[in-house]
Amino acid sequence: MRLTPFHTRTSELCDVYNWSLWCNWLLADMYAPDHIQEYFAIRTACAVFDVSPIPKYHIHGPDAVQFLNRIVTQDVLHCAVGQVLYTPWCDDDGKIMDDGILARLDGHSFRLTAGDPWLYWLEDNTVGLDVVIEDVTELGVLALQGPNSRHLLKTLTDTDLDQLRYFHILKTELAGIPVEVSRTGYTGDLGYEIWVEPPQAVQLWDVLFEAGEAYQLIPFGDYALEMARIEAGLLLADVDFYSSKKVVYEFEKSSPLELGLGWSVKLDKEYFIGKKALQQEHARFPSWGTMGLEVDLNSLETIYAGFGMPLYLPHGAWNEAVPVYSGGHQIGKATSGMWSPILKKYIAIARLKPQFTRPGTHVDMEVTIDAQHKLAQATVVKMPFFDPARKKSLGQD
Amino acid sequence: MNSLTKNYDAIIIGGGHNGLTAAAYLAKAGRRVLVLEQRHLVGGAAITEEIYPGFKYTVYSYVVSLLPPRIIQELQLPKHGLHVMPIEGAFTPMEDGNYIASYSDEDDTLAEIRRHSKRDADIFPVFNNMMYDLARAVKPILTMIPPDPANPGLEGLRTLRDLGGHLKSLGKEKFHWLTKIMTMSAYDFLREWFETDVLIATQAQIGVIGTFLGPKSPGTAYVLLHYYMGELDGASSTWGSQRGGTGGVSEAIAGAARSFGAEILCNAPVKQVIIKNGQAIGIALENGDEIVGKTIVSGCDPKVTFRTLVDEKELPSDLVDAIDKFKYRGSSGKVNLALDGLPTFPAMKDKALIRGMQEICPSVDYLERAYDDAKYGGFSKRPFLGCIIPSTVDPTMAPPGKHVMSIFVQYASYDMPAHGDRDQQRVAFGNAVIDSLVEFAPNIKNLILHKQVITPWDIEQTVGITEGNISHGELMLDQLFFMRPIPGWAKYRTPVQNYYQCGSGTHPGGGITGTPGRMAAAEILKDGN
Repeated sequence: MRLTPFHTRTSELCDVYNWSLWCNWLLADMYAPDHIQEYFAIRTACAVFDVSPIPKYHIHGPDAVQFLNRIVTQDVLHCAVGQVLYTPWCDDDGKIMDDGILARLDGHSFRLTAGDPWLYWLEDNTVGLDVVIEDVTELGVLALQGPNSRHLLKTLTDTDLDQLRYFHILKTELAGIPVEVSRTGYTGDLGYEIWVEPPQAVQLWDVLFEAGEAYQLIPFGDYALEMARIEAGLLLADVDFYSSKKVVYEFEKSSPLELGLGWSVKLDKEYFIGKKALQQEHARFPSWGTMGLEVDLNSLETIYAGFGMPLYLPHGAWNEAVPVYSGGHQIGKATSGMWSPILKKYIAIARLKPQFTRPGTHVDMEVTIDAQHKLAQATVVKMPFFDPARKKSLGQD
Repeated sequence: MNSLTKNYDAIIIGGGHNGLTAAAYLAKAGRRVLVLEQRHLVGGAAITEEIYPGFKYTVYSYVVSLLPPRIIQELQLPKHGLHVMPIEGAFTPMEDGNYIASYSDEDDTLAEIRRHSKRDADIFPVFNNMMYDLARAVKPILTMIPPDPANPGLEGLRTLRDLGGHLKSLGKEKFHWLTKIMTMSAYDFLREWFETDVLIATQAQIGVIGTFLGPKSPGTAYVLLHYYMGELDGASSTWGSQRGGTGGVSEAIAGAARSFGAEILCNAPVKQVIIKNGQAIGIALENGDEIVGKTIVSGCDPKVTFRTLVDEKELPSDLVDAIDKFKYRGSSGKVNLALDGLPTFPAMKDKALIRGMQEICPSVDYLERAYDDAKYGGFSKRPFLGCIIPSTVDPTMAPPGKHVMSIFVQYASYDMPAHGDRDQQRVAFGNAVIDSLVEFAPNIKNLILHKQVITPWDIEQTVGITEGNISHGELMLDQLFFMRPIPGWAKYRTPVQNYYQCGSGTHPGGGITGTPGRMAAAEILKDGN
């Protein structure tokens, strides 16, 4: 088990000793007995998540662009310095291996994050290219998310953060500490990720929380993050899909096209691993589509009334897949879902057969009460469920 | 006025949250609706105002809990800005320096109670279960159109049959508890369960909110249950605060109403309802303009609805008499503070509780004495205070590092003691509130940048609610269900044809519930109007 560079601080604040592991790094699930306050801080004030465990690779050298364009589905040629791309990458069969964000730090220097460590895969694909790959996972990263995050950061730097655009990154100092600040995150809200060398990590935490007191800054854990990312319609590896390299059976694999990530697959670029398979899939139409579901509350209420119960709503996110039906036949599965306290809606992310992916389509989602399976009515909707203008807006907007 | 469409299907008098709710439902059903609000902003008693620059006050109301999920869904309120955050925990300091706290996590609450009494900690979950059960038993009644048992009619008979069946289904034990809770005082009821005085005080305090009764007055146990019916995101009896203050709830409902096509006109005080041949045909504004409408709906309290807006000769004398006897008796005031920093409660060991409620209610006797003080007029010298500091979770309320404190105060009576002067009384009342708070948070006096003090009389003057009762009339058993506001006229109708009532003075009563507005709209549509 490994401890992040912020552990001395996160462990002090984690009153409930509720931890889990991510790639063998210790990660707080929640800090207080109820994660809902953390969720609301993301949506109302601002909150910090220690995202340091995320695998990170510094990829540099004359052929870095060529190399990355071989690996990822996005077109790196069109990634400007200071820009950040979300991108999946696939195996030769066009099945998704993982996804992450790719930041162009310099002309020939990039940083790629991933859900799992992939050093062997990256290195194996450098054949014939002049590129260096360094595992820089040790780097500390804090995700500062929420409507107040920009106000807070601006108190710590003279750099014009108002003009830092969504999915862009810059180098700066926060209270004298050298950092990189990217306008990224996994919450679908206004937010930043701050990248710092481990020796300065604790100092960064302290200045952030000192300044954060006036901005109602609190730390948040994985439970609140799970809620925010579902509302944002962001998929989670090992929940909404599995890495093709980590599963055994074909049915467990999926393509980015099936996951609704087609926008990040640039089929018109010269080459990338899995391109051929994805081109074929694109031509014949993917076998699955990924959409949002909104569960009908009246229908759910009726089901609970049958048990003499009032409407019950989940307190937090669930991530055990449940079947989705139409006319009594299974047509897909909902892979994660939640009651959204902001939207006042019961929402879920679902993988559906293509003929059921049109928004407005009525389907049934399984709910289990007292080990009895029941069907609640649901409507297919587009994602994201929650998409505030502030997510992408510039400062002073 | 020329911009107004001349002919409306429905004109709503009063842009309080219930008037807006009725407007939204009527507009959603395709009616052409106009809402007339006397003030410059909608919301009535549920408003946010920036009285002191940079600081937002939830001026009159302070928490949200009773707004039903159904209304939130049907009007799609989140789309229009509804954003209610649960208030995490409550903290009650005691006079000996100790305290009791409650949390959304039951185990944490029990650990707190256990510090005071192991017995009470063990029985608390059983008590909570029973209250939850009883609230569930009563809840369906809140959305029933109240039948008059003396003259039910066919539909009323059906409702009474449903009600009887429902009560029977509760089982013997629950029915007995229900009877007890309907008739007992909060104190007596709680004393049957608990031995810890401060625990009883924290519960009994809920039973007196919005009434001019003490914790030992019969009828207050029901009020306790009334507030147990609140819910937030499926968690029962949870209080919440709206982002940007409760005015945001009214704004969201107004936004929904507008999205369905309703027009809302502010600065448009209504003088009276125009009645011809026993039929309402329009309204006259105070500026002399007249607007024609097929249906007129009053969101005002019963006195304004029946005695101010309508000429006495249009109404049966027994109704006039009953309305005149309806009890308003505003009992609570409000103090809003702009603070230079966070107050410190020396007794507060868990600092996170500053984000919850702070309740100045250290003992049952404190609460009962507060009532004693005020029942002859004036206010409590040491009042019960329900405080929240919404800026601890919501940065939109105050500048960075600064805070607003919203203090619900009970008791403050509408009546003045002999030889009183309204302005002097207000100052003295504000001082009593701050002095009572200082006993438990000594540094607060030095933090106050601005103070807004509101007495029931002020509420009447500004919002127009008779005697400043936030519930449009006391929540007492003799003024509930088929007797709200008065027997025979509890179904949102009035003796004047096409004239309806939809305020908190109708069933099921006060709080930011929207339910009277929704049910009134349903009845209006049922009548084909």
